[in-house]
Amino acid sequence: MSSINRKITYSLAINEALQQIMALDQSVFLIGQGVKSPWYVGNTCQGLLESFGPERVIDTPVSENAITGSAVGAAIAGMKPVIVHPRMDFMMYAMDPIINEAANWHYMCGGKSSVPVVIWGIVNRGEEQAAQHSQAFQALFAHIPGLKVVMPSTPYDAKGLLIAAIRDENPVIYIDDRWLYPQEGPVPEEVYEVPIGKGMIRKRGADLTLVSSSYMVIESLKAAQELAEEEIDVELIDLRTVKPLDEEILLKSVKKTGRMVIADGSWKNCGISADVSAVVSEKAFQSLKAPIKRVTLPDSPAPASRMLEKKYYPDAKNIATTARNLIKYGK
Amino acid sequence: MHSKEFLKKLYRTMVRIRCCEESLVEPILKGEVRCPVHLYSGEEAIAVGICAPLKKKDNIFSTHRSHGHYLAKGGDMSALVAEVYGKESGCSRGRGGSMHIADPENGMMGSAPIVGGTIPLAVGAALASSIRKDKRVTVSFFGDGAAGEGVLYESLNFAALRKLPIVFACENNLYSTHLPIRECRVDDNISTIGKPFCIKSFRADGNNVLKVYEMAKMAVDLCRKNQGPVFLEFVTYRLRGHVGPDDNIQGAHTDIRPKEEVAVWLKKDPIQKFEVFLVKNKILSKTDMDNIKKQAEKEVQKAHAFALKSPYPKKGEVTKYVFNQ
Repeated sequence: MSSINRKITYSLAINEALQQIMALDQSVFLIGQGVKSPWYVGNTCQGLLESFGPERVIDTPVSENAITGSAVGAAIAGMKPVIVHPRMDFMMYAMDPIINEAANWHYMCGGKSSVPVVIWGIVNRGEEQAAQHSQAFQALFAHIPGLKVVMPSTPYDAKGLLIAAIRDENPVIYIDDRWLYPQEGPVPEEVYEVPIGKGMIRKRGADLTLVSSSYMVIESLKAAQELAEEEIDVELIDLRTVKPLDEEILLKSVKKTGRMVIADGSWKNCGISADVSAVVSEKAFQSLKAPIKRVTLPDSPAPASRMLEKKYYPDAKNIATTARNLIKYGK
Repeated sequence: MHSKEFLKKLYRTMVRIRCCEESLVEPILKGEVRCPVHLYSGEEAIAVGICAPLKKKDNIFSTHRSHGHYLAKGGDMSALVAEVYGKESGCSRGRGGSMHIADPENGMMGSAPIVGGTIPLAVGAALASSIRKDKRVTVSFFGDGAAGEGVLYESLNFAALRKLPIVFACENNLYSTHLPIRECRVDDNISTIGKPFCIKSFRADGNNVLKVYEMAKMAVDLCRKNQGPVFLEFVTYRLRGHVGPDDNIQGAHTDIRPKEEVAVWLKKDPIQKFEVFLVKNKILSKTDMDNIKKQAEKEVQKAHAFALKSPYPKKGEVTKYVFNQ
């Protein structure tokens, strides 16, 4: 099978990135809860302990603050740690090492010390996991100077962005979504990087720009297909990195289409969708033919009950309806 | 026991720290130094005693009260003073100020005023050493206030689990900013917190530089033999305010420490205490000590002159160093 056509799942693409980069670079190590568990982090960490031993694959007690701080400190001391938080909600215990220390460190030291750490947080939406096992905190981290935030949507990007994040000299928040883990896609066997800060056009179109990231790209693709049948030609941008934003790809597209819908898997207030919208209204106001519309979670904690979840998590239908209404605007 | 040269070096470093700290009092009061400065006067024996058994490649992480640690680890005084003045020639290029003193070249990995914030970072540096087997030892300096932070206990547990080469060095100056230790903890003996984690723990007089050195040497040797971590508590007292020179001792409205208490501790000044020892054991004469003080004063004057003539960072470079490009 040629490398280009090989398909693997998103979670195994993460696993392959870790396997390959840890074999290549002795300074990379993996630390966090569940890295030797057969289920805690899906199959993203399978075989790593066997390959690299307990010195470099470190399962830890439930101490997010100290463990994340240790990863940051190891990075300051010249290592390239990957710290995993199997549920992003628990990262709230580690806000000091992430925000006060890692994000500020290079600046505070006048550039004399760097923090090449990857802080990997997994979003676990749905399945009646309620408010504290489901949160998507990308905006919280994107707000902070000194942090980069990536959110791959495809297996290709999952591998390439993880490798790029590990090789980056700065702290990178790597956010994935458990719903993406079974997604299959082409992944080259060799080591490669997906550049941080670059979005990608998943579908070219002329009528409306749809901006998305992570799992919402899957729903957005479905929506774009649905809309195509109604002869609404959507251009779908996958942000891939939410901080720093790829402003060029956004502005170029909206200058062509004049309309924009942003679908983000988190909340609306001060969220990624607010920021994308602000960038466009500041820098491409003249191109807009209609207000920018956003599809996000409602301003509410996540519910447990499956009936409420159906309403809570936006899907392709919500996106398509929003897009349809926007096309009608002014007509 | 100790060589004359070694004792002289300890004394000289303590004096250099004291002179440097006291030289900042006037510029702070005049408003020439504006960033918050937490003076180390009175606690010199700890930094000097702990850094003495460390090698250049060993790591230390520090707190808001970091000048003494930086100088004891071999940091350049001019770059320190320039940093406090916010100059481009400062050890953190004027981006960090007094609370973010760093000198990675000399193993002073960095400092931060978030109480307890650098403790897990130090654990991480020790973890890096255990993975690389590079035989480096890391010292985490923190104050008694940090004993109120949960991250310390998480860090002790994890360091003990991995048998990391780290010395937890608690400088107990009996006050957490304004709050006396009896209002922070039921038990004022902090060294006991290492015990539930099976960490070798010791408590000593932090104003006795030789005692501190003895403890630190033992701790560093244990870490070097993979028998870490070690917890050390040193009881001491700051002779200046929590921040800036002027609270606690000058009868100002910020005065919260009893005069009698301050008077008792002034008599335990670590430098004076060491001077008595040095004279008694005929290591240094009064003249020798005066010469050392004069040299230190000269160095301090040079550092201030360097800082004052150094340029401020360029305004156009305000976002430089956000990322390592």
